[in-house]
Amino acid sequence: MQRIHIIGAGLAGLSAAVTLGAAGIPCHLISLQPSERAQSVLAEGGINAALDTMGEGDTPEQHFQDTMRGGVYLADPNAVANLTGGAPEIVRRLESLGVPFNRGEHDLILRNFGGQKRKRTAYVKSSTGKIIMTALIDEARKYEAAGLIRRLPHHAFLRLMKENGQCTGVRIRDCYSGMTADLPGTVLLCSGGMNGLFPGMTTGTTQNSGDVTAAVFAQGAALGNPEMLQYHPTTVGIPGKRMLVTEAARGEGGRLYILRGGEKWYFMEELHPELGNLSPRDVVARTMYFVRREHGGSVYLDMTALPEDTWQKKLSDLREEIEHYLAIDPKTEPIPVQEGIHYFMGGLDTDAEHRTNLPGLYAAGECTCQYHGANRLGGNSMLGALYGGRRAAQTILREGLQEAPDQQPEFREMPDALDAPASPGFIRPVSDILLSGLGIVRNEQALDAALGALARLHPENAREENRLALAQAMLLGARERRESRGAHYREDYPQQDDSLRKTTIAVFADGQVHVTFRPLPERRM
Amino acid sequence: MRILLEILRREHAGAKPYVQCIPYETDDAAATVATALRQINADPGTVDADGAPVGEIRWECSCLQKKCGACAMVIGGVPRLACDARLSECGERVRIEPLRKFPVIADLIVDRSILFENLKTMQLWMQEAAAAEGRAVDTAYEASRCLQCGCCLEICPNWYAGGVFFGTAAIVPTSRLLTTLPDAVQKELRRAYRKHLYGGCGKSLACRKVCPAGIDIDGLLVNSNAIAVWRRRRK
Ligand SMILES: Cc1cc2nc3c(=O)[nH]c(=O)nc-3n(C[C@H](O)[C@H](O)[C@H](O)COP(=O)(O)OP(=O)(O)OC[C@H]3O[C@@H](n4cnc5c(N)ncnc54)[C@H](O)[C@@H]3O)c2cc1C
Ligand code: SF4
Ligand code: SF4
Ligand code: FES
Repeated sequence: MQRIHIIGAGLAGLSAAVTLGAAGIPCHLISLQPSERAQSVLAEGGINAALDTMGEGDTPEQHFQDTMRGGVYLADPNAVANLTGGAPEIVRRLESLGVPFNRGEHDLILRNFGGQKRKRTAYVKSSTGKIIMTALIDEARKYEAAGLIRRLPHHAFLRLMKENGQCTGVRIRDCYSGMTADLPGTVLLCSGGMNGLFPGMTTGTTQNSGDVTAAVFAQGAALGNPEMLQYHPTTVGIPGKRMLVTEAARGEGGRLYILRGGEKWYFMEELHPELGNLSPRDVVARTMYFVRREHGGSVYLDMTALPEDTWQKKLSDLREEIEHYLAIDPKTEPIPVQEGIHYFMGGLDTDAEHRTNLPGLYAAGECTCQYHGANRLGGNSMLGALYGGRRAAQTILREGLQEAPDQQPEFREMPDALDAPASPGFIRPVSDILLSGLGIVRNEQALDAALGALARLHPENAREENRLALAQAMLLGARERRESRGAHYREDYPQQDDSLRKTTIAVFADGQVHVTFRPLPERRM
Repeated sequence: MRILLEILRREHAGAKPYVQCIPYETDDAAATVATALRQINADPGTVDADGAPVGEIRWECSCLQKKCGACAMVIGGVPRLACDARLSECGERVRIEPLRKFPVIADLIVDRSILFENLKTMQLWMQEAAAAEGRAVDTAYEASRCLQCGCCLEICPNWYAGGVFFGTAAIVPTSRLLTTLPDAVQKELRRAYRKHLYGGCGKSLACRKVCPAGIDIDGLLVNSNAIAVWRRRRK
């Protein structure tokens, strides 16, 4: 049997690989660095599933409703119903792999997370991603030992191989030797978000450069909702990046305030009484932006009232981190926080079975536009990566297997137009331009100016050209979506427009980016 | 703050190593070795102390917040993470070298694949559904935190690549399975533990001092020895 080629070894890639392994189907697990270094290990606060262990009568249907409402009805309802329906089993499976979720006397404890009315977030202190990754890496090792998963862990995606509009394989480069190999067969992209478009401005890793998305976009893969970026309300600047202060800080009782006339004003509780500090992230980030604009100064996260027990059992790692980086003990002193780019709701467009528009090419995890609509709920992304990776693998098992011999990759010296990296002198201005157009509050004038500035840049190699096209797609999506929805807030169009409850689709054809809107499917079940 | 970075460089595995001295200046008291490396690489005009162009210094990084283990190297003679090594603690000059016990790929990048090979030899995976309760839950948490960075192996007097002794980077993840796998399926694992982990360790705990994740290595050792060697499970 021909190997399936999975690009990316975070939660989505691992989940797909072990699903294929369990079915006896071989794969390559290709990543720039080993799984231990993927962004997924950074996830902190938890993973959502309507396990209803807290006696609140939670159900997958309520999880569905919260996810749809949180995403302001821009997600595919059938895909979301699959996700929320599959969530309890995903978390139980992780438990059986030995993930030591925080437990009460009889069962898992679930915590509150933003935008959700029930306690639904399973967690391991505030290092949930790392601990889940360890368990999945061990599980993958079982199939590695059996020869089913073959890791290529210092290897970069270069480009798709294509024939007649179909994806027929992938070209990769060994970053250690510099040599290149063509791997024929079905390809599954699990390559993470596009942090590299905003160097130093995101909470994620430097590995996720966005180059994979840019390259396949230039090769004809469509993007969905590229304008949808999530700003997380509580981040702090540390050298080289924004560091996340997990939403669990508020889930466990942390409160946001700003000084108004010298007095602490807990503005979320007053302006958004229903969910208060735990409103969806887009709402919190935007409110912070506006109260800061009006009153000046910084917004603070106040955790000083949390009980000792919570610090010890649930947030010990968070406290250490804040003390280390900010020299502030959050137990006794509020910390200044700011919005930072945290997640990409937009990405490769897939259907509910994780097919892209190119036959032979599948995608899952944060590199896709799937499950989260216009705003992702905390705890839904690890779930989306795990569930999506598995679902994509199941689709491939049904339709993507090819009877051809399993060959060892043959690496050789082979120059490629994508060999040269994008230069810092190009990356920086693209990032500045994107930030000028894609802030928390957007308008047509700034977006036009940004598009104009982008058009005046001169890409000097293929990677820079691809990056430029990707940046253009994001800005065009934001300009054409003349409404406000979720993370996309237009001060010139502050209302939601129901005629735009559609997926923004960007394609690159004839050297140009084209943006259209595609209606969403109705819910089937 | 002004600091001289003395970086041990090598164009590729077979090339001759040399030390390049690069003056670096910053006002940021929180700046780390990782900050400096990133800034130098982002500025193609950087020159060394002799005025020669520096070019790209090859190194690995990912999270920049000491959670992924990518950037382990030897800084001032001690294995540590570049993103955790504040320049303000380094004095006026600091030597930066790749980890010495692994094959060098280029500059500060080493090939750490032996770490993962050893875990495979140990057959570290769940053969059956895990059963963790009470104290084992805390142990499993601690044992899941290993970054596979290799700092502990670099400092260990008894570990070398290809040896029978697999070192702390394998002791920690093995502890996860010893505490959570049902007894009945542990026989092979206990045997592997005794062969590759228990016998080789002199218990000096030099590894504990350098572990950037601050893992409770002695706690895990005591726990795993009890299970694998003395067949006693602590409740
Ligand atoms: C600080 C932080 C905290 C978070 N907390 C939570 C949380 O509490 N709950 C939650 O649900 N979500 C959380 N998230 C989001 C969540 O962690 C991610 O969305 C999710 O883990 C993404 O998984 P992934 O598998 O899609 O991608 P990643 O884990 O990012 O993996 C991407 C993989 O692709 C590979 N890759 C990238 N580019 C290339 C290339 N050019 N060639 C080859 N390989 C490549 C990488 O090496 C890597 O292996 C958090 C994110 C961050 C940054
Ligand atoms: S205790 Fe000493 S001998 Fe044992 S692994 Fe640690 S450094 Fe090596
Ligand atoms: S035990 Fe500590 S030093 Fe050793 S590999 Fe794990 S994290 Fe690194
Ligand atoms: S870059 Fe992740 S530990 Fe330093």
